[in-house]
Amino acid sequence: MWKWLHPYAKAERAYQLCNTLLPYFTVVCVATMIIGWIWGLAYAPADYQQKDSYRIIFIHVPSAILSMGAYSSMAIAAIVALVWQIRNAELAVIAIAPVGACITAIALITGAAWGKPMWGAWWVWDARLTSELILLFLYLGVLSLYHAFEDKKAAGRAASILAIVGVINLPIIHYSVEWWNTLHQGATITKLDTKAIDPSMFWPLMVNIVAFAAFVGVVTLIRLKNEILQREKHRPWVRQLLTQE
Amino acid sequence: MNPRRKKRLLVIVAIVFGLGSAIGLTLYALQENINLFYTPSELIEGKGPNKEKPVIGQKLRIGGMVVPGSVERNEDSLQVSFKLIDTGPLVTIRYKGILPDLFREGQGIVAQGVLVEKNVVNAFEVLAKHDEEYMPAEVAEAVKGIKHEKPKYNLDSGS
Repeated sequence: MWKWLHPYAKAERAYQLCNTLLPYFTVVCVATMIIGWIWGLAYAPADYQQKDSYRIIFIHVPSAILSMGAYSSMAIAAIVALVWQIRNAELAVIAIAPVGACITAIALITGAAWGKPMWGAWWVWDARLTSELILLFLYLGVLSLYHAFEDKKAAGRAASILAIVGVINLPIIHYSVEWWNTLHQGATITKLDTKAIDPSMFWPLMVNIVAFAAFVGVVTLIRLKNEILQREKHRPWVRQLLTQE
Repeated sequence: MNPRRKKRLLVIVAIVFGLGSAIGLTLYALQENINLFYTPSELIEGKGPNKEKPVIGQKLRIGGMVVPGSVERNEDSLQVSFKLIDTGPLVTIRYKGILPDLFREGQGIVAQGVLVEKNVVNAFEVLAKHDEEYMPAEVAEAVKGIKHEKPKYNLDSGS
């Protein structure tokens, strides 16, 4: 069933796959980001209570969703790296980690900027905010663990184990607003049945989520290409590639 | 899947499961402490299976809905008092300072302060809690039948 995936275990094929995918992701990213930001920040109606301040959701919510999405893809890559011992998957873990860390930081910073005028506090140690902060530390932990080892094989294994173990945090982040009393409001988008968000705000938000997902894809692909080249720099195919240019 | 891979997969599953249950049990044990705040009925009637009540003088957070019509402002200072409700009893909050933007009657808030009487909290911080609903003003008017504007506090009511 998974036979078609096997060739991509080879670094060269994976590099070529990155090259073919990159333009698609770039086009989707640029198009949806322009549409989403203009639609969300300029044309969507203001909220009845928060007025224009609510527009931070067009950046905060996509980055928060993607911070968890990027983590799950990193963990999947880590499982593949550990169980099937495929080095490209290890490189993918390292390619995703800083991207995820940045997007988690964006979610935390935009949330704080919104929290000050709306809640009255930059930061509150409630379950949602704390678990999201732990997610940032997990990303940073995976990164620093990888760079702490001289031997890159051991480094990849250690980073992958931490990435997998950290998955436990994902359901905690998601359900934190249901399990405990938090200052952070509950889930809006997954509350599909009750129309918690008006369609005129929902659709630009969706476009922005797609835009952020594509953006994470673009940056990850570029980073993965670099990681592959760096790891394979003594191989003939890389030499050939470099002398061509 | 060959046996070596199967073994590695099993080891990973075992690690995640073991750690997951350890963290799950920890969080379950800490459940009461992770909650950001007491609700008014928990404050009055006690919280948890043992119905533990906070003692007077204790520093705590309390979260609930501001009872409409209960906000009283002092004309000469920033002193304000209001009542909080969730399902039953009322708790009075006294606060001196600037209230957040989203503070209004009927809105959820979380206050941090010291319990001075059984149902009175002297707050030093008031945070507004936002709900998960987003809609334009016209829709809010149509759905909720209320025009939303910042409330005018009854300064002249003399209370």
